Amino acid sequence: MAAPTGAAARAASGQPLVQLKDVNKHFGALHVLRNINLEVTKGEVVVVIGPSGSGKSTLCRAINRLETIDDGDILIDGNMLPSEGKALARLRADVGMVFQSFNLFAHKSILENVTLGPIKVKGMKPAAAKELAMGLLKRVGVDNQAHKLPAQLSGGQQQRVAIARALAMKPKVMLFDEPTSALDPEMINEVLDTMVQLAKEGMTMIVVTHEMGFARKAADRVIFMADGQIVEQATPEEFFTNPKSPRAKDFLGKILNH
Amino acid sequence: MDSLSEYFQSYLTALETYDVVAALWVNIQLTFWAGLGSLVLGTVLALMRISPVPSFRWAGAAYVNIFRNTPLTIIMVFCILVAVFQLQLNLSSDFDFNFFLWAIIGLSVYHAAFVCEAIRSGVNTVPLGQAEAARAIGLSFLPAARLIVLPQAFRGAIAPLGNTLIALTKNTTVATVASVAEAAGLMKTMIEFRPDVIMAIFATFALGFVVIVIPIGLLTTWLSKKLAVAR
Repeated sequence: MAAPTGAAARAASGQPLVQLKDVNKHFGALHVLRNINLEVTKGEVVVVIGPSGSGKSTLCRAINRLETIDDGDILIDGNMLPSEGKALARLRADVGMVFQSFNLFAHKSILENVTLGPIKVKGMKPAAAKELAMGLLKRVGVDNQAHKLPAQLSGGQQQRVAIARALAMKPKVMLFDEPTSALDPEMINEVLDTMVQLAKEGMTMIVVTHEMGFARKAADRVIFMADGQIVEQATPEEFFTNPKSPRAKDFLGKILNH
Repeated sequence: MDSLSEYFQSYLTALETYDVVAALWVNIQLTFWAGLGSLVLGTVLALMRISPVPSFRWAGAAYVNIFRNTPLTIIMVFCILVAVFQLQLNLSSDFDFNFFLWAIIGLSVYHAAFVCEAIRSGVNTVPLGQAEAARAIGLSFLPAARLIVLPQAFRGAIAPLGNTLIALTKNTTVATVASVAEAAGLMKTMIEFRPDVIMAIFATFALGFVVIVIPIGLLTTWLSKKLAVAR
């Protein structure tokens, strides 16, 4: 489907899909998330940038509770994130996650990586899951590798499979935790292209990345984090041309002038 | 030369009187069943030790520390004196078979502690990201462990599991204290009644165990190479 790009146009009504209220987290003495308040509406593409150690990856991982939080609330589609057990597993199935290090299941074929979730979590019939998986693998351009093991694929191909694996669960929102940071430079674009395509199709996405080109091209909103806080948020156009906070100016000055 | 062939002749008569192969076969059976028992129990213990529930982790650690640090002979004697004679816990009405079963239980509970630790070392070879990815697609602890973590952990644990199996094979000789008619018991009898060929008797049993154990080592080395997870 050809969705319009403006977040406002897509988020016509209703509650936010992802909602964080006064979220705090400490790693020992380190206060990694400080009073984070964030709302992401359906169809919105939010890019989180910031210097390393700013808490952006922790934020991303907290949204499907791979990291616990000390206080505050996280809601997915209006439901409070449960703390453990089956309810949490169900909710995680609605939140797709793509990792920096791909994390494909090393002992399973590419096809099995994608069908495992639908079959074991959603109870889909193997034949139907295979059809779904092959469609998704075709979409990310690795359908001809379906019977290989992850280690036989390039990093870029592995990451595209990881995206297909997450999509197979038909998630409401996709989280990307520095999806291109572990890739060789020539493989970054093939992954970013897949992500841009996904954004165009209307997927709700929260993307932690250092790829400013992706932010400009696909983001509806850029969030700049530093020292565990959301320092600034704006449209990519406004953020990159006219950053307001000194921290953001400093950060952009360091990464854009070379 | 004559005395050598004489010695050999008396050794052969000893082998005719006592069935060494049948006794070693009992050790193989003990190894098989106790291997299976300790693998199942050890896997459950390993799951407990990596589970998100603190009381399971505690119970698993307690089990391992108690049984790993108790001599097998004491466990075996406990099975017979306490379980069979004191508590009359008979698993079979057949006297010998009852002891055989208790020997399997004694060997299993002891080696399960080692199997658990071998599997846990295998779990450490599986990157954390594998479990995180499993959780991220909505698998809860047990399915994630069964489908993703343990299959890779077992492959990483084949070599230490093989070592445990080899130790178990040789430890089946302790079943002799449970009155199981196995190789060590037979050896003791043979030495008692045929001290004339004592060296040959020792050599026979030593060789018997070497023949049983070497294939286990070769098989596990081959398997651990063949099944290694490519990353």
